[in-house]
Amino acid sequence: MRNFFFILTKEFRSYFNSPIAFVTITIFSVLTGYYFYNIFAGFGTLSFQAQTYPMIASRYGALNVTEFVIRPFIGTISMVMLIMLPMLTMRSFSEEKKSGTIELLLTYPVRDGEVVLGKFAGCMVIFCTMLMISFPCVLLIEYFGEPEWGVIITGYLGLLLMGSAFISLGVFMSSLSENQIVAAVLTFACLLIFSLVNYSVGFVGESMAKVLEYLSFNYHMRNFVKGVIDTSDIIYYLLFTVFFLFSSMRSLESKRWRA
Amino acid sequence: MIEVQNLTKTYGGARGIDDISFNVEKGEIIGFLGPNGAGKTTTMRILTCFMPATSGSASIAGFDVFEDSLNVRKRLGYLPETVPLYTDMQVPVYLRYVAGLKGIPWRQINSRVGEVMEKVGLTHMAHKFIAELSKGYRQRVGLAQALINDPQVLVLDEPTVGLDPKQIIEIRSLIKGLQEERTIILSSHILPEVSMVCQRVIIIDEGRIKAMDTPENLMAQIHSTCRVRTRISGPKDSVLEGLRAIDGITKADSVDNTSNSTNGFDVEFIDGFDGSHLIARLAAEKRWDLHELTLAKMSLEDIFIKIVTDEQVKAEDGK
Repeated sequence: MRNFFFILTKEFRSYFNSPIAFVTITIFSVLTGYYFYNIFAGFGTLSFQAQTYPMIASRYGALNVTEFVIRPFIGTISMVMLIMLPMLTMRSFSEEKKSGTIELLLTYPVRDGEVVLGKFAGCMVIFCTMLMISFPCVLLIEYFGEPEWGVIITGYLGLLLMGSAFISLGVFMSSLSENQIVAAVLTFACLLIFSLVNYSVGFVGESMAKVLEYLSFNYHMRNFVKGVIDTSDIIYYLLFTVFFLFSSMRSLESKRWRA
Repeated sequence: MIEVQNLTKTYGGARGIDDISFNVEKGEIIGFLGPNGAGKTTTMRILTCFMPATSGSASIAGFDVFEDSLNVRKRLGYLPETVPLYTDMQVPVYLRYVAGLKGIPWRQINSRVGEVMEKVGLTHMAHKFIAELSKGYRQRVGLAQALINDPQVLVLDEPTVGLDPKQIIEIRSLIKGLQEERTIILSSHILPEVSMVCQRVIIIDEGRIKAMDTPENLMAQIHSTCRVRTRISGPKDSVLEGLRAIDGITKADSVDNTSNSTNGFDVEFIDGFDGSHLIARLAAEKRWDLHELTLAKMSLEDIFIKIVTDEQVKAEDGK
């Protein structure tokens, strides 16, 4: 626990000692902010049009800020995460391997699990900062409209779980290679596959379709943005996270017995 | 304190180290000597639990490095050859991090970091980032992180490589000063360093131990023939003739030194006999001026080369 704390603070500090944290957090907030502006402004125009032309209003039914702004906004954040989080995780072990600092780290009296958890948590803290920075957008909706807070909360919970899954995968990929680019590309590719795997649902058999759907990130996000917390979704993301954290631990350990 | 038995490490097909066994007592400073690629770093990495051995066993303070590595690592301070440090951290911040990982109690971390920084002479660098430090100071930070948990065993891989002479002397005296109650293994390919600092030397080449003894014994082992360098101002040929006529001298050669009016000579005596006085007497009798008469001591360097080349000669004879 103690060692975990020391590694976590060190990781956190390194992110801010280098430009990594500043760049990723800034780009993240710029991108999400830009998308938010467009979504919100689009919704505003639509509302105006619906006021003047009842035909439009009847086509969309009741115009609802939760459905038209919050839901696409959370979808957008998850898309930006897909691009930004591999940039955050790629250095976690690769950099230590490249610079050789892993040699000292592994000869300290620290368990491999503590190292992996510390690195994971370091990334999580940066990721939570990102999410927090996107939160004023939601407050802006609260100022102008009446969003459903339940959906906002479950949406952010979903993002948090999704982010932890992304980060654990990234940390694992980083533990495989001493090259940061390789780690980032592998992470990005895997995340994309896991996100898009439900695209082929229509072309495969029924049972296979279920499996593919269950494996997909987006499928499990669906309930969260509806305001529904399904245990199977939570278990999916948690299992994903635990599996890759465990794999990173094994990958680190393998250095000790692989001759 | 350290027991190593039949340690072997192979990389793919290539042999890293081959059947190495040695013991180190508590409080001893032991030096690994060998050319590049001899297996010094490999041995150290196995001892510090960074790398597994292919076969054989090693233990530190009674704990096996493979089975009980956490207990070994608690008692260890390690300075790798490349001194890998987090360059984006400030010196005290980095040392506090290491102190934390090495299990120093919360309250003592700050005072301990201060102590160690003073010991290795880093106090005036406290505000600097490691990236800004010169090689010599990085070496000190490396040493500081190794020392921070007051380890029973210190493993230093080429601690003075890349330093300027003044820094080398400082680091050496620092290492000597660390000795009380501590077991130190250091590797080097600089021979005088090892003879200066270490109580015992292990000469290793191509992954095998070639010799293991105190520096004095190693020298004595080879030092059976006595060689003298002398400079005498006198006609070269007659001096040579005179020298060769002395009883007990097996070989006398003139050495060219055109810059001087005197002539230099290398003289070897029969085994175990030092006949320097005979040369002095000769010069006095013939009224030549004697400018120099030095006993050419065989350095560790010579011993090292002799041991390594002897092995090669034997191997070639075997073929």
